[in-house]
Amino acid sequence: MNTDLGLWAVPIAVLGGMLRVSTPFLFVSLGECVTEKSGRINLGLEGTLVFGAMAGYGGSYLTGSPWAGVLLAGLAGTLFGLLHAGLCSLPKVNDIAVGIALMILGTGLAFFFGKPLIQPAAPMLPGLSLGGWSDVPQLRSALEVSPLLLVGVAIAVCLLFVFRRTRVGLILRMVGDSADAARAMGYPIIPVRVAATAFGGFMAGIAGAYLSLYYPGSWNEHISSGQGLIAVALVIFARWNPLACLGAALIFGGAGALGPALQSVGVTSGYYLFYAAPYVLTLLILFLTSSPRRALEGAPRELSITK
Amino acid sequence: MFEINRRRLLKAGAALSAAPLVSRINPAFAASLTAGFIYVGPRDDYGYNQAHAEGAAAIKDMDGLTIVEEENVPESDAVVKTMESMIQLDGASLLFPTSFGYYNPFVVDTAKNYPDVQFRHCGGLWTDKDPKNAGSYFGYIGTAQYICGIIAGHMTKSKRLGFVAAKPIPQVLLNINAYTLGAKSVDPEITTQVIFTGDWAMPVKEAEAVNALVDQRADVLTCHVDSPKVFAQTAAGRGAYVTGYHTSQAKLAPEKYLTGAEWHWATVYKMFAEKALAGEELPNFVRGGLAEDFVKISPYGPAVTDAAKSQADAVKAEVMKGGFAVIKGPLKDNKGKEVVAAGQEYPESAIELEKMDYLVEGVIGSTS
Repeated sequence: MNTDLGLWAVPIAVLGGMLRVSTPFLFVSLGECVTEKSGRINLGLEGTLVFGAMAGYGGSYLTGSPWAGVLLAGLAGTLFGLLHAGLCSLPKVNDIAVGIALMILGTGLAFFFGKPLIQPAAPMLPGLSLGGWSDVPQLRSALEVSPLLLVGVAIAVCLLFVFRRTRVGLILRMVGDSADAARAMGYPIIPVRVAATAFGGFMAGIAGAYLSLYYPGSWNEHISSGQGLIAVALVIFARWNPLACLGAALIFGGAGALGPALQSVGVTSGYYLFYAAPYVLTLLILFLTSSPRRALEGAPRELSITK
Repeated sequence: MFEINRRRLLKAGAALSAAPLVSRINPAFAASLTAGFIYVGPRDDYGYNQAHAEGAAAIKDMDGLTIVEEENVPESDAVVKTMESMIQLDGASLLFPTSFGYYNPFVVDTAKNYPDVQFRHCGGLWTDKDPKNAGSYFGYIGTAQYICGIIAGHMTKSKRLGFVAAKPIPQVLLNINAYTLGAKSVDPEITTQVIFTGDWAMPVKEAEAVNALVDQRADVLTCHVDSPKVFAQTAAGRGAYVTGYHTSQAKLAPEKYLTGAEWHWATVYKMFAEKALAGEELPNFVRGGLAEDFVKISPYGPAVTDAAKSQADAVKAEVMKGGFAVIKGPLKDNKGKEVVAAGQEYPESAIELEKMDYLVEGVIGSTS
């Protein structure tokens, strides 16, 4: 029997929402962060995410193992990343246009192959209970997290280290900041970008598998509702810093849970306004952190949107 | 100008593509009919669209009838394009645009442009002012929700029910109210907490809403969204009982599924198709409930108690006799205002119910 929580239900629901909803944002934005650090922007990750959701669900359903589904989703995402990278490596090809095309291709292919997968129920990813210490069942269920979230947090920390402290990170940043400098140093530009975009696709595929195999845990054509696009924007919002990506993903996840949670404690009017909370929050933070003197700090200079 | 050009282009295209087929089509033309079904989502979504697609599948094999279907058509200008292509390319003469938001202005305007084609829309409120070749049909599923509410009222231990709803339109409000009144007929203390997600298909928000409701101690949940799959799985996963909607979700939560309010559109589509094939005039305004076999109740799940079954069955027998009123006075809304005066009754066929804009006492939620 659940205990009556009163208004405490709202912070608990926001915490739960943070842990449940943020993972896809986190994976897509970390992947995109690496891609953008190399000087490319891949807007097609929304399509990759949806395709990953379909591939993950299908893989889990056909093999009976959800982790095989996750792997399949990652591989499918890698292929999409490679496709984007390959096309953009041709001369005079605009990465934004290719990204939009791949977004539509990815969702279209996912809908096409996903038709027979809407009905069946695939095995789901297991969750980890971190709330065993609490007597409050609501808190226990809020602290039921997917191992993928923990993996995502670890990746965020690793990426920060790789960017700042390792040779690979330095090369990646150099390719993204100044192709001329990288060329002068003798580093291959296109292979670095291809690898970075493939990694971005891989992460977006995993994010899709999280959607269909953990939360909300179902394959249907509305599964993403634009999360891939928002995650790409989160990278800019997070100023290309992996740890800030983690923060942004958590904020977005938590803010998304605010609307249902407020309604459940009786704050019932104006729910459309609460559903807009994540976006209002984004505008507000962007406004507050903007500065005329140090515009787009951390932005890779080779990025077509900042060039 | 663009409109006219595109239409001409489509017509020319249709004429061209049909030309080689003319000799084949003509002999059969007299007794044949093409009916078009338009869905707002996928046909196998365990929900609203699946219910319609099952109805369409039930008449697919009728003699002289051809079915064309299109899924995932948004409630926008896109549905006009779909209807025009069904009329001009597929030769459809009877269209069923099945989503609520298609009706005004899209179906109404298209009906004016194609007076020879019959349009029957699901859920809209056809009036005399609308084109004569348009019409609407709907089922009184509110009464079925009332009976589900009785089951829910028997099964809840916390005296709190949860309702995940999409938008506060009259049909949704009626379902919430009927469900609550059914539960309150078992125990007047029971309340229903409603959460609006803002749109018909928002899987992540629906899951969040279920979690928030269970956190608030709701232990029997139902919904009114297009696809209850995520809803049913999440609710059962959190250990709450589920009563379904649109079609049966028993397969998704075999232990936790109590019962559900389902559509049975085959009845309606069969009637329309038979009349159209016989060359009879189609009715403009079609409504029916449990008694007319437009809606049905899912078989009870294993958890349902005998007391719950017997009360639900008794009320169902009452409903089958006709004239049963779920909404009857004296009835207050959840702001304390009297909405139905004492002595007044609205049986399910009352037109007033299709303009419902209040939530009854016992519902925690707001229409705006």
